[in-house]
Amino acid sequence: MASTDLEKENVKLDPATGEYRVIAPGQTFRSVTEKITRIVLTPTTPLGWLAVFGVGGALAIVLLTAVTWLFLIGVGIWGITQPVAWGFAIINFVWWIGIGHAGTLISAILLLFKQGWRNSINRFAEAMTIFAVVCAGMFPLIHVGRPWLAYWMFPLPLSMNVWPQFRSPLLWDVFAVSTYATISVVFWYIGMVPDFGTMRDRAESKLAQYSFGIASLGWRGSVRHWARYETASLLLAGLATPLVLSVHTVISFDFAVAVLPGWHTTIFPPYFVAGAIYSGFAMVLTLAIPLRKFYHLEGLVTDRHIDNMGKVMLATGFIVAYGYGMEVFMAWYSASHWEAFMMWNRMFGPMGWAYWVLITCNLAIPLTTLWSRKLRTNIAYMFFISIVVNIGMWFERFVIIVTSLYRDFLPSAWGTYRATKWDYMIYVGTLGLFTALFLLFVRFLPMIPMSEIRMMLPAAEIKPKKEASH
Amino acid sequence: MPPREGTYGMLAEFDTPGDLIRAAQQARKDGWRRMDCYTPYPVEEAAEAIGFHRNKVPLLTLIGGLMGLAAMFSLETWVSVLAYPLNIGGRPLYSWPAFIVPAYEWTILFAGLSAAFGMLALNGLPQLYHPLFNAPNFKDGATTDKFFLCLEALDPKFDLKEARAYLEKFQPVSVVEVGY
Repeated sequence: MASTDLEKENVKLDPATGEYRVIAPGQTFRSVTEKITRIVLTPTTPLGWLAVFGVGGALAIVLLTAVTWLFLIGVGIWGITQPVAWGFAIINFVWWIGIGHAGTLISAILLLFKQGWRNSINRFAEAMTIFAVVCAGMFPLIHVGRPWLAYWMFPLPLSMNVWPQFRSPLLWDVFAVSTYATISVVFWYIGMVPDFGTMRDRAESKLAQYSFGIASLGWRGSVRHWARYETASLLLAGLATPLVLSVHTVISFDFAVAVLPGWHTTIFPPYFVAGAIYSGFAMVLTLAIPLRKFYHLEGLVTDRHIDNMGKVMLATGFIVAYGYGMEVFMAWYSASHWEAFMMWNRMFGPMGWAYWVLITCNLAIPLTTLWSRKLRTNIAYMFFISIVVNIGMWFERFVIIVTSLYRDFLPSAWGTYRATKWDYMIYVGTLGLFTALFLLFVRFLPMIPMSEIRMMLPAAEIKPKKEASH
Repeated sequence: MPPREGTYGMLAEFDTPGDLIRAAQQARKDGWRRMDCYTPYPVEEAAEAIGFHRNKVPLLTLIGGLMGLAAMFSLETWVSVLAYPLNIGGRPLYSWPAFIVPAYEWTILFAGLSAAFGMLALNGLPQLYHPLFNAPNFKDGATTDKFFLCLEALDPKFDLKEARAYLEKFQPVSVVEVGY
């Protein structure tokens, strides 16, 4: 028993590096292609898929109900009030956008750094980005109060002759998030075009042949096309990298440009970006672990991926920890009465519990245990950690927004914040919408980029001919 | 386009990328120009072998990015200085540092869209029909695990018999004639 376990472990390790293999041995171009296309091209939908989709869909209907009521009555049904005028909506906005960032990091930054292991997970990480941005983008829109006038945010020549105010970070957000959504969708789609060609060629039903045929744009794999395609992919990656860093930076400006203690700090941009990537990798793990089990993809999304993602989380987690430490330090070092009070109140005030939840979830549990390779490759533990970090990062945004706002300068202006059932319904509803969209993606689109996996197989090596004929 | 008849080209199928590259290099050396390789994943060496070294995608991306930058920065300036001047905390109307952020985002937006759509346009996509899809072995191979070299009939050297004999020399899995 023990010896077979050891052998199994040895197969998973690459003898050249001692690391876990990126792709399990024994895969060929055809086996990879068939494994990935079969998930989509089968006419039978697994029962487990239907069950989870049912739950996600039901929660999405909760979202629809709550948003309908919100449009009928107004944002008064939420817990927001003075002085806490930014509540769940902005917390959820920042949280969702942050989750999206890991997808771009995996697809763009790791591509530029030639991290081949990213290939198996980049497609669904990008899908995660897009669906997270869908959920995130909804919040500012429904938060504006009169969402039917949301187009006023864009510089459009209207009969009112009113134009947006370009010095406001809130307007920068409009451009940052809309650009981010557009580029993410384009990058994702372009990445799928060759795979759509494969799907078209392997589809049995007429409907699948036509839809993948159209989606593939007639891709035929010409090496001239591939050369331009590779250039475009690299350029898109090179553009998405500064973009993703700028998006959370701009979001952090929403806070940092204000004069409120707890918001008005220069560390916000890097600290927000690191936190975004931290929570995003947690979400990738939350999705990847059940997915690879359910669809038996352990040969393509291997322990190496789980291990590496654990390492990225460890690194970004420490940047986040540095951010927390620096906030406390500056509260003392600035010698500002307001800053010191803000920090004390954050830790020990009426909502101090939230601060300790975030410290426990973001620092105490993950940063002490992710050092261990044994734990990093323990799938159950990594799933647990991913949930813990997701919760912790949500609380980070809660703490930043609520505990800064409810105790501002004048005690006469102090208040409190209690989320209402509508706040919870909308938040849980976006989780359902995200789940439902993600499951649709898994069912109808190739979730692992086949062309990129093929490049990593041993058969892709160009070997000199054994007996030269010339 | 008028309907065309006759032969599009001669298509040889290989099992490995190495065989394809050697065949393509030799064909190029022997004076073939109108030819193309088809692979299930990017094989840079094959593009090099048929003499395709540079492409215009980076140039289009640069032009797109500069256009986005110029468009947004001038829009911001025009709105803030001329169309709708607002006094925001006494800041100058032309507060260019604040204009950088949206201009930066639009640089990326336009550059990214130019890279993606420019690539598709240069590739002549979408093009849902192509004669190669008529080849019986293309469908199950070119997007899965086979490597193809196509000598096109438009090449002045092209002759049905000779092209087939020429390709047979590389010991491919098969050589088929592809019609329009």
